[in-house]
Amino acid sequence: MKAGFVRGALVAALLLAGSAAGPAALAAGPTLDPARSGPCVEDPKVMRRSHMDFLKHDRDDTVRRGIRGVKHSLSACVDCHASKADGRVLGSDRHFCQGCHAFAAVKLDCFDCHASTARTAPAATAAASVPGAAR
Amino acid sequence: MSALASSSSARRAFWMLLAAGSLVLAVALGAAHYMEEHGHAVTGMNNQVVWGLPHVFAIFLIVAASGALNVASVGSVFGETAYKPLAPLSVLTTVALLAGGLMVLVLDLGRPERLVVAATHYNFRSIFAWNMILYNGLFAICALYLWSLLERRMGALTGTVGLAAFAWRIILTTGTGSIFGFLVSRQAYASGVIAPLFIALSLAWGLAAFYLAQCGLARLAGQEAWDEALHARVRRLLGIFVIAALYFVVVHHMTNLYWAKQAAFERFILVSGTPYPALLWGGYVVLGTAVPLLLLFHPRLSGPRATAAASVLVSLGALAFLYVFIIGGQAWPLEIFPGYEASSSFHDGRVDGYSPSLPEFLLGLGGLAASFLIGLAGARALPILAPPKVAMPAAAPAK
Amino acid sequence: MNPVDKRRREFLGSAAGFAGAMIAPGVFLYDYANAGVSDGASRPRSPAEPASASVRWGMLIDTTKCASGCRECVDACNRENGLPGTTRSTDSQWIRKVDLKDLRTGKALSVPVMCQHCAEPPCVDVCPTGASFKRADGIVLVDRHTCIGCRYCMMACPYKARSFVHEPTTGQKPDVPRGKGCVESCTLCVHKVDRGGTPSCVEACSAAGHGAIVFGDLNDPQSEIAKRIREVATAQLRADLRTDNGVRYQGIPG
Ligand code: SF4
Ligand code: SF4
Repeated sequence: MKAGFVRGALVAALLLAGSAAGPAALAAGPTLDPARSGPCVEDPKVMRRSHMDFLKHDRDDTVRRGIRGVKHSLSACVDCHASKADGRVLGSDRHFCQGCHAFAAVKLDCFDCHASTARTAPAATAAASVPGAAR
Repeated sequence: MSALASSSSARRAFWMLLAAGSLVLAVALGAAHYMEEHGHAVTGMNNQVVWGLPHVFAIFLIVAASGALNVASVGSVFGETAYKPLAPLSVLTTVALLAGGLMVLVLDLGRPERLVVAATHYNFRSIFAWNMILYNGLFAICALYLWSLLERRMGALTGTVGLAAFAWRIILTTGTGSIFGFLVSRQAYASGVIAPLFIALSLAWGLAAFYLAQCGLARLAGQEAWDEALHARVRRLLGIFVIAALYFVVVHHMTNLYWAKQAAFERFILVSGTPYPALLWGGYVVLGTAVPLLLLFHPRLSGPRATAAASVLVSLGALAFLYVFIIGGQAWPLEIFPGYEASSSFHDGRVDGYSPSLPEFLLGLGGLAASFLIGLAGARALPILAPPKVAMPAAAPAK
Repeated sequence: MNPVDKRRREFLGSAAGFAGAMIAPGVFLYDYANAGVSDGASRPRSPAEPASASVRWGMLIDTTKCASGCRECVDACNRENGLPGTTRSTDSQWIRKVDLKDLRTGKALSVPVMCQHCAEPPCVDVCPTGASFKRADGIVLVDRHTCIGCRYCMMACPYKARSFVHEPTTGQKPDVPRGKGCVESCTLCVHKVDRGGTPSCVEACSAAGHGAIVFGDLNDPQSEIAKRIREVATAQLRADLRTDNGVRYQGIPG
């Protein structure tokens, strides 16, 4: 009960923090590197809450039925949200995926198998894929 | 009060055994964690021998589990009243062995944390998926069976549940055998004899395991383990099962030898490959079959001690047999290009070496420990132990 | 599958079937006389469409052109799929070169072997969770999200086509996720095929000047692979097992 409440409060805090646009309001949430381009495929509020369900739904379309270029594709997430510095979504708490998952204390295991580096990575550091960084 | 808590020395022994078993189990869980963390690279398994020592232990426990139910079915299905007092322990042994075996099987998965996936995604063409249903069903049936045996008001159900349990365990062992029997592409396994072979093996291994459980628990409780007449019957039964198992093993190899196609594989398993022929002949045939038969049937040797020794040897022989069957069967290369000699970077056309590593051995031992603990705790918690004198169910210790 | 898809698929299926029935009696004449006519089955699909059952992808490997000692296809596969390319017994090998010697004549051959993309795949039959599956277009894959790593498929595969990932992985390609504890095998470069491409091993083999591997749609009578299969003797490995492989070999008796 209690743990559930704490988790709920954290998520609420995160949502609040994220929905306010200004960087000052983010102080309560994780400080993340900004996305590389354009608006997200869904409203960020919806995305924060439901990205895993979207990903799960579309992954079956791709893996099982061979539909490519789905709207919610993990590699597209990575391409857009990878850090401008090293082209990755993992590595520190400023990196998009790792930072938010660390803040929300939710285990992130996508990148045990999936590439965590953007396709369009800056060549300098992107090649180094750090083992175990996802933990 | 349980018979295991009847005296202070019995209580002390119980807790010490519990502690010892828990220690082995804890070490095994540690080993499994280590294997999961580093991947199966730290085991002896590889892309040729994909099932290693953990499967040897797991299959032994699962096959023995279904056989251990036999004593109960002889009692309630075939109306042999002499066996009836032994029925609860027989059911408990089944549950304990099955749980231990499944634990090893699950912890040896590449992704044990995805057990939920296995429980929610079923491919009904897979004999493996069917087995998961069969294993879970056996737990349920055993629970019901045990209840009907221990609760007098449920007694009327015993016959029906006993029959269900009997049918279920035959199907289950057929299923376990079919895991291998359906592998048409593998010379070692594709055979219709495998399912009956596994049933025969299960009878022998299960009775041996049950015998040891009964002796151990009775000793712990300071009771006489066996009524003399009953012991004589169990002893004979074990002997017959051991012979039946040997018969099917011989039939399996004979039918293989008859096929020219299989000759090279049979040579490998029976004569030339190391260490498989040594394990098969020395481990299974001599130590696991011939010596136990001598102990069981020689008029001078036979007695409860000799039967216990025979049971231990039958179990060790079982592990040797399964090592040869599972690992030896995989070590032999697949014949993808009949009529050609093949070689590649991927072990084509080459017998593969497999040497088990410590963690996987410990995991296997952990399965035995888990079974041991469940049996021990179950015998303490439930009024399981047969009263020393048979045919006096009323003497069962009051709760 | 939504109803529109289903109807379309059925239409494509019957169109292909109809075309096949019309063509079969006079294939050779048809080839020469109607080389330009499309029959519907060969219409390339857009990546946004699901794989279609009217297509069956396959490969034809000409063992007379495959050079002994050449590893172009193997290296290309490793590069494309982010495999380390090491060959310890615990390392993944999606494609391997097998050197063969005919036991009667002593004739030597060298052939690449990979997942044969069976029409009746034993790996799919035995997989307890349904992680091993066959796509509508005949490509056999492992869904790593539901693979529990039981390795039963490896026991069942007659071609030793599968590898188990024995260690934590690094350096995955964005299109080819792979990780410890799951089983994997040749995907026929499904991520390229879905976008109209060709498997990397095929490209590498051509680039090296051997041209020993042809890739294409076995169901399309006009595809190069279907024509070749009509014209020359080809074999499926272990045809006695009736797995009906999508990968065919030329120059090996069946
Ligand atoms: S070759 Fe093996 S892995 Fe590939 S589809 Fe056939 S059985 Fe499955
Ligand atoms: S290892 Fe994975 S793909 Fe293979 S049978 Fe098991 S669950 Fe299926």
